[in-house]
Amino acid sequence: MSTNGSKPKLALYWAASCGGCEIAVLGIGDKILKVDEVFDIVLWPVAMDFKLHSIEAMEDKSIDVCLFNGAVRTSEQEYMARLLRAKSKVMVAFGSCAHEGCIPGLANVTTREEIFQSSYDDPTTVDNPNGVRPQLETETDEGTLYLPMFYDTVRTLDQVVDVEYTIPGCPPESDRIWEALTAIIEGNLPEPGTVIGEKSTVCDVCPRVRTDKTIKEFKRTWEIEPDPEICLLEQGIICCGIATRAGCGALCPQVGSPCIGCYGPAEGVTDFGARMISALASVIDSDDPEEIDRIIQEGIPDPIGQFYRFGLAHSRLRRTAMPGANGHQPAEEEVTA
Amino acid sequence: MPDENFEPKIIGFFCNWCSYRAADMAGTARMNYEPNVRIIRVMCSGRVDPDFVMAAFAKGADGVLIAGCHPGECHYNNQNFKTMRRYALLKHTLRAIGVEEERIRLQWASAAEGAILARSIDEMVERVRELGPLNWPKQWEAPPEVEEAIKMMEAEHAEALEVTA
Amino acid sequence: MSERIGIYVCHCGSNIAGVVDVEEVARWAGENIEDVVIARDYKFMCSSLGQELIEEDIRKEGLTRVVVGACSPHLHEKTFRRACANAGLNPYFFQMASLREQIAWVTKDRERATKKAKSLIAAAAERVALHAELEPFTVPVNPATLVVGGGIAGIQASLELAEAGYPVYLVEREPSIGGHMAQFDKTFPTLDCAACILTPRMSEAEAHENITLLSYSEVEEVSGFVGSFKVKVRKNARYVVEEDCTGCGICTEKCPTSVVDDVFEAGIGYRKAIYRPFPQAVPKYPVIDTESCLYFNTGKCRICEKVCPTEAIDFEQQDELIELEVGNIILATGYETFDATRITQYGYGRLPNVFTSLEFERLCNAAGPTEGKLVLRDGVTEPKSIGIIHCVGSRDVHYNPGCSAICCMSALKFGHLAIEKSEADVTSFYIDMRPIAKGYEEFYDRLMEEGMHFVRGRVAEVTDVALAPEEEGKLIVQVEDTLLGKQRRVPVDMVVLMVGLEPRPDARDVALRFGISCSMNGWFTERHPKLDPVATMTDGIFIAGTCQGAKDIPDSVAQGAAAAARVLSMITRGHVQIEPIVAEINPEQCSGCRICNELCPFNAIDYIEADAVSEINTALCKGCGTCVAACPAGAITGAHFSNQQIMAELDGLLFDVNEHDETMQPEPTAA
Repeated sequence: MSTNGSKPKLALYWAASCGGCEIAVLGIGDKILKVDEVFDIVLWPVAMDFKLHSIEAMEDKSIDVCLFNGAVRTSEQEYMARLLRAKSKVMVAFGSCAHEGCIPGLANVTTREEIFQSSYDDPTTVDNPNGVRPQLETETDEGTLYLPMFYDTVRTLDQVVDVEYTIPGCPPESDRIWEALTAIIEGNLPEPGTVIGEKSTVCDVCPRVRTDKTIKEFKRTWEIEPDPEICLLEQGIICCGIATRAGCGALCPQVGSPCIGCYGPAEGVTDFGARMISALASVIDSDDPEEIDRIIQEGIPDPIGQFYRFGLAHSRLRRTAMPGANGHQPAEEEVTA
Repeated sequence: MPDENFEPKIIGFFCNWCSYRAADMAGTARMNYEPNVRIIRVMCSGRVDPDFVMAAFAKGADGVLIAGCHPGECHYNNQNFKTMRRYALLKHTLRAIGVEEERIRLQWASAAEGAILARSIDEMVERVRELGPLNWPKQWEAPPEVEEAIKMMEAEHAEALEVTA
Repeated sequence: MSERIGIYVCHCGSNIAGVVDVEEVARWAGENIEDVVIARDYKFMCSSLGQELIEEDIRKEGLTRVVVGACSPHLHEKTFRRACANAGLNPYFFQMASLREQIAWVTKDRERATKKAKSLIAAAAERVALHAELEPFTVPVNPATLVVGGGIAGIQASLELAEAGYPVYLVEREPSIGGHMAQFDKTFPTLDCAACILTPRMSEAEAHENITLLSYSEVEEVSGFVGSFKVKVRKNARYVVEEDCTGCGICTEKCPTSVVDDVFEAGIGYRKAIYRPFPQAVPKYPVIDTESCLYFNTGKCRICEKVCPTEAIDFEQQDELIELEVGNIILATGYETFDATRITQYGYGRLPNVFTSLEFERLCNAAGPTEGKLVLRDGVTEPKSIGIIHCVGSRDVHYNPGCSAICCMSALKFGHLAIEKSEADVTSFYIDMRPIAKGYEEFYDRLMEEGMHFVRGRVAEVTDVALAPEEEGKLIVQVEDTLLGKQRRVPVDMVVLMVGLEPRPDARDVALRFGISCSMNGWFTERHPKLDPVATMTDGIFIAGTCQGAKDIPDSVAQGAAAAARVLSMITRGHVQIEPIVAEINPEQCSGCRICNELCPFNAIDYIEADAVSEINTALCKGCGTCVAACPAGAITGAHFSNQQIMAELDGLLFDVNEHDETMQPEPTAA
């Protein structure tokens, strides 16, 4: 995998993310030394100093693997995504943000203007009588100050550049990261276009007992004390484990917390929410339209938060309706979490 | 804003046994109805995956019509009840996403009810025509300013490397 | 390797071509749809020349996929699949677009019709490229048949099959076969005695070596599929040991408990707690009605046991659960009469001398509660005038909009019987007279000659409130005589309500149990009302007689025979082909979440505990696709209706989503 005798080059970059994926990488413990031994890490903003122009000066395709975590919601992030794509042989969407938008992707229920308003106008500690907003270019005495453009719509990595592999999870479990790194080191990668992970969903590894899937009511997590042995969904608590790719070892259900779907959809599935909607609705135990509506309204007051918490930006519809986009008016109800 | 020449494109998912036959019957009886519904035949309305509906909107459809047998008359016993439940949750979600209610419709029609089906199609087409094109891909379309902003970054970087004496 | 698709756009004479520009559609398809190597338009694709066109192109051009835009696939999908198969192409590599029923016949605007035609052709082409090579399954046909319902239709079907040499299980809910026909006195128009023509058939059915009669039994559960159904039948305890009973009837004679017979005597006669429904009952074994029996209520009596010469009474007898394996099922479960109390203005149940047609049959019948004497409720007085009201609960938006087919003829029959048995004046109050079949109109003429009166009008009310001296003590039929154009009050001694035919109250449950459909009102749904009235949409399950809709005895017999003929064709062929439209679970992707387990009404989905995955029994799967749509892991695929195929169809339908661009360019990536 190395070129002309030198060590293969590894780049790690973070775009719109929380930093958790970086910590997860460090979570492989002292195996990080192995990584350092094998690779020449050319870019890792959280851990090392670097200069952007060094990257820009590199030959195309000279970086062997780029682990890109974080979603793309500014022009700077898109610029970096394109830059690293050009410079890398293999581009990996690393972690849920890059894969499917994750929590930053939830900004797709709102707009740039609303976000700016909530940051620059609404807070009581902010004094902004002239409604100052960040500008792309600002002239100062010292020269021109450039700020990136802030998008209305958060994009996933594969919506801006071609991506060879995806490592899912929020964050990917450190063990899975080490497995992926090992595969890279050993040159043992699957077909490009693959999500590196389990084929099946969380239920595959969850120890809870499953029998009858018919639901009379959806319960919120604080409404009942769940039985530790029985499937959470069968107790009425919406657990997204049925639709979420395995890989985490079913950590959350094992401690009584329902899976919220951070590993994204199962193999071959595009829209995570559609799977949850179809599966859950199919097993609602009622044939009366009014009762069905009541069960849904009471049990799932926030369908976007429930079904698209991680995958909104990667779903079929990607975002909620924006006023003005093609003369479209959003729904009357406020879209709140 | 209503476009004078706008003709909605509505995707129909019709079950083989009742509603597709109802459409056949409407044809045999030479009933006249709006041609805006383009039909996909499925064996049962229970085959209709919410993903199909979302994909239809994402690909530019203005509306989706799901048609099946009356509850209690499903050729496969009671699968249309699952359709009904999925439709309820799907509508609930689409409402939160901001797709207008009239753009998705669930219509029951037995094989003999071609007239009811034709009428429901006309009703839906009229409603969606009034709403205007959905054109969902425009929601996420990147405005041209993005390319400019990215080009500006290249300029900025080049500028930054200039060392003034 | 890319496919080679052939597109054929049918003119269907001027049916399609008159509205859709078929040449343009073919030209456009050839130029714009990927992988299309041939695109033709032709006058009549379903003709032998049209089919040969396809076959030749498959051979000469090496077509790997075929699309025909013509009429509805329900008409000719089989035709074109066969053409493909003849040319050596797997018949499932074919897709049809309905340009006639869905476009040409329902659209006036030529431009919009042509655009829609392009979208349907594009959709079919995009889809067919992703079709898989499928083979229908062949399953063997068990030569045994289950017939449910021992009325005239069920008996006919059973005898036909038995005569052909094949085993039949005839299951009947009541203690005796015979159905409603056994209750009748005479049958129209021949005035044959119903029992005389029915009972020989009943005896034959019991005696036939190929017929196993399971009376006083009900089907509890059905599983399986055409060719191999498994049926669980509950044989209810008679409390009489059939092997020992000689049918002597002493038990019935000596039984001290008499109750109203609501079933056979239509509520106007009595029977004992241990009883045979009627003298010619088949089988002859009586039955103990535990609700009225003194022993079962109080532990006392047991007289029947004491007097029985062969010790055939067994109070400890249990229900028997019998499992049957059959290849086909014929449902002949009959009808129920409309409950006349619902029409309060006719006074049934309130005014004593208002009778239903079934009650009148029992009065006329020589073996009935009055031994054939036509008398009023007091059991003594002979009526001097009888009013027969047609369409009670039929042809009525408030109750049943349909016509019950037999009431007009029955009314004429009653007129004849009344005139024959008594001095009574008989008047029929009708809306239309419907003597439609052979000999029926002549029977109507005969009754007019016999002096029956006919008043054309829908009866508003039957009342006992007299407004004039001659109305005292009578029932007054208030009716608008439409031919006279006058309101009339017709005083009569007796009113007979021709109650309509309705589906059995549990028809919906029965339909669900057997896996067939019934309409909103409860009649079982035939596969095609014109051309396939005895088949259902469920392969292997047939319907015959009044359970399919109101009809007379000849039609019921004909349907019984027709259903038997259908079954015989399956049995003699020995095997049947099942469409390979089934679902399959990928065990690698299945996580065993069990969401799908409860979704299959055919119990085709099992959970394999050992592997912690679910599995579909393809033999039981009927291909509805509900589980495919529900699976949250995307682990279930639906053959011939896969996600990819449907998405491809969607892409084709939206070929012109970028308005005015019909080039079907692929969508731009990213952005």
